[in-house]
Amino acid sequence: MSGAGEPVLEVSELAVRFASTGGEVAAVNGVSFAIGRGETLALVGESGSGKSVTSLAVMRLLPGAPACRVSGAVRLAEPDGKSRELLGLPAEAMCRVRGDRVSMIFQEPMTSLNPVVAVGEQIAEAIRFHRGAGRREALAAAEALMERVGIPEPRKRLASYPHHLSGGQRQRVMIAMALACDPEVLIADEPTTALDVTVQAQILDLLKRLQERTGMAILFITHNLGVVAEVADRVLVMYAGRVVEEAPVGPIFRRPPMPYTAGLIASVPRLPTKRAIPISVEKEGKRRLVAIRGNVPDPLHLPPGCSFAPRCERAEPGLCDRDVPSVEEAAPGHRVRCVRWRELAGSAA
Amino acid sequence: MEDGAPLLAVEGLRKWFPLGGGLSARWSETVKAVDGVSFTIGAGEVLGLVGESGSGKTTLGRTVIRLAEPTGGAIRFAGRDITHLSRRALRPIRRRMQLIFQDPFASLNPRMTIGRILATPLMIHRRELGRRAREEKVAEALELVGLSARFAGRYPHEFSGGQRQRVGIARALILGPEFLVADEPVSALDVSVQAQVVNLLLELRARLDLAMLFIAHDLAVVAHISDRIAVMYLGRLVELGPTAALLAAPRHPYTEALLAAAPVPDPARGRARVLLAGDIPSPVNPPSGCAFRTRCRYALAACAETVPTLHAVGPEHASSCIRDDLALAAPG
Amino acid sequence: MSAVAGASVAVDAGARPGRQALRRFLRHRLAVFGLTTVLALVLACAFGPDVIPYGPLHIDFRARFAPPFAGPHILGADQLGRDLLVRLLMAGRVSLTIGFAAMLISTAAGTLIGAVAGYFGGWIGAALMRFVDAVLCFPQIFLLLALAAFITPNLLTITLVIAATAWMEVARVVEAEMKSLRERDFALAAEVLGAADGFIIFRELLPNAMAPIIVAATLNVARAILLEAYVSFLGYGIQPPTPSWGNMLNNAQEYLVSAPWLAIFPGVMITLAVTGFNFVGDGLRDALDPRLDRG
Repeated sequence: MSGAGEPVLEVSELAVRFASTGGEVAAVNGVSFAIGRGETLALVGESGSGKSVTSLAVMRLLPGAPACRVSGAVRLAEPDGKSRELLGLPAEAMCRVRGDRVSMIFQEPMTSLNPVVAVGEQIAEAIRFHRGAGRREALAAAEALMERVGIPEPRKRLASYPHHLSGGQRQRVMIAMALACDPEVLIADEPTTALDVTVQAQILDLLKRLQERTGMAILFITHNLGVVAEVADRVLVMYAGRVVEEAPVGPIFRRPPMPYTAGLIASVPRLPTKRAIPISVEKEGKRRLVAIRGNVPDPLHLPPGCSFAPRCERAEPGLCDRDVPSVEEAAPGHRVRCVRWRELAGSAA
Repeated sequence: MEDGAPLLAVEGLRKWFPLGGGLSARWSETVKAVDGVSFTIGAGEVLGLVGESGSGKTTLGRTVIRLAEPTGGAIRFAGRDITHLSRRALRPIRRRMQLIFQDPFASLNPRMTIGRILATPLMIHRRELGRRAREEKVAEALELVGLSARFAGRYPHEFSGGQRQRVGIARALILGPEFLVADEPVSALDVSVQAQVVNLLLELRARLDLAMLFIAHDLAVVAHISDRIAVMYLGRLVELGPTAALLAAPRHPYTEALLAAAPVPDPARGRARVLLAGDIPSPVNPPSGCAFRTRCRYALAACAETVPTLHAVGPEHASSCIRDDLALAAPG
Repeated sequence: MSAVAGASVAVDAGARPGRQALRRFLRHRLAVFGLTTVLALVLACAFGPDVIPYGPLHIDFRARFAPPFAGPHILGADQLGRDLLVRLLMAGRVSLTIGFAAMLISTAAGTLIGAVAGYFGGWIGAALMRFVDAVLCFPQIFLLLALAAFITPNLLTITLVIAATAWMEVARVVEAEMKSLRERDFALAAEVLGAADGFIIFRELLPNAMAPIIVAATLNVARAILLEAYVSFLGYGIQPPTPSWGNMLNNAQEYLVSAPWLAIFPGVMITLAVTGFNFVGDGLRDALDPRLDRG
């Protein structure tokens, strides 16, 4: 296996525009990133930030023109060292890539699983489609996969239907299907948002262990920075269709220069720490959570300048609402889209 | 109400659902969604209720507020037994207890403007109010939850999830209730918006002296708003105690596991420690004895024998674990 | 402060569901064609007879079997020399009136029965819906003829008889809708507020079931027109000399070979009206589809 530095998936200047009744909406606006082998990149943002549209564009799962226009490039590394551009690939060739080399799991597995087909058959089908295996062989492989994703009694469960399984089990089945062909890239779109915290912890743990074993790259999409801290190597923060910050996970949690990222981190409700409990919970336990004021802007009427400025506590009138800030490199591997990052980084330290 | 009596007292509450329903109900099994739950909530007090999906917490909330008729046990609200009151008899009490729903997309009537949605409670309970007085009340309620009164003419689909949830809160508050059941009011929202709504509830609670049963699956959210916390597992309470005590020194292994599983925005802490294997068992066929024993790493043979009951383990603090010898870990 | 800012942006302001539905309807070409046809028919039937110099019962023996598009009778005349066009339009008044009136009655009855059955469920719902099934078991035409045999046919009774055989579909649609609507959170919210059943059914739930009701109602107009033509054709409906498209067809049978236009024109009118309403119904179904109705 090669090092994490070599990208397996590279997205450059991805833009997605939807035709809507009120005009064209730029849901994704010049997004670029790369994921290396064995690396987990978290794509973070609120609903409406464009994070899910980005993943659907990479998978080529968006409707075609004229409803939706996609531009930019998505490159998938080939074993021979060259790379293949996915956006320009014919539909049949893309079908071969999807589910084989790049797989995806979703927030609600119930809607992605066929309710009238046994889960074993569904996993086996993926194997048969991409690997051309026989039925018996594929079912055996499905059983092994189900064991690998931690489904108890996999042989018995092969014949279960999705509605027999709990939410956590269904998500495991989805993961088994996604892993059926040992993909190089797994796109996980809010895979734990619908799950309970205890099951969420199990699924996160499972993904991490599977990644250690197969070396796949994971693009992990979420709105919860608490989850990001537990799974990601690097973080990409999106706001109103643009990347506003990109950094390794350590620095971003220690000192996020971008106020939006800082707000997202601060708004995660925390359990009071052990040391703080005896003295302060009575008063502090009921303290206000730190919230980002306002809502994600209407994509049809983005504010001028920095899209986040109207909600930003640190915004400066006349500066932040003038031009769209450009991306600057705050530190190696740490990109920021904020005109005031230098001052803010200074004051935060 | 007599002095010292709590606003809400729930005793041995049970809500069983027949499986299959209809005429065959007599022969089929029952789901014991809520099975012998007791707690009290004082005026102005917030009790947090945590548990996984399938623990029966939503059913408990809806039964307490009498959206469903209990199978057994008793509910006393403001000194009055409301366990088996008819819908008509409940009507005057509805003004005093309200519900906030989880899904802000489903809980507002899509065909009505925000103004009409908020006027509905007034049309039912305050018929003496004229049109003008009603509109004024609606405007007040909107401002109370931080929305502009101009929004009264708009439809729910024009708003974001957080804004809709504010409308849902305004509807629950417009009659001036003393008690709210908040059924996962923030779990359908983005984390950033979630914080706004939690803050709003904190503010309103202080301003209006509201008592609340705050239901959530996220202990961290519950810890922020509750005076006491009840932990529910498979239809029963397994631990009940003051927030500080319960977080600092959990006395039930399930509480410990929930605390450990809450994601913490600190990469230095490393990946989640998974203390719980498997899923919550089916309530149709719960394990014998302690229902949690199948997932509990401290389980003994004795745990399978009798159904444990809540017993005091500290001031106002009760746990149903028979192993009082455990030293359980709190996060930190 | 943060709270007020929190509310400052409303997504997609001003786009009311109704306006979007209208846009979708207008994009549906057949539906627009259907609507135009229906409007043209209604206007022609309403005002046409006043413009034409002959009355529907005016007999002009010189013009017996006058062919269409030749002479003063634009669409020709029948065996008694009555102007065909004015008779068609007068018949249209009768047929369209019956169509709309039967639709209103059957839709109201079906909605009420379906709403009560769906909302209350249990044995009330089961009893009502089994009754619906029982009525549906009879072929509609038999039912219609059986009922028609017991009445003196006139505008009112024919309307009632047709309505009595057409409400079941609406009841089924509404029952299914109500069953799912009453489980929705906003219905529960009304219940927590202490709202009475009637309030919940009519104020909270029914407005959300309007789309399928409107579609079913539109299709019911088409069906009622067809049924009226049917019974009148068989002689149990509107009685001559009052013209209706059905009894005009009946009358034309004898002259099918010698004066085919006497049959063709009423047939065309029925076809236009029925397909027109059906296209409008289809268009409404697409335009009001709740899956597309999300803002």
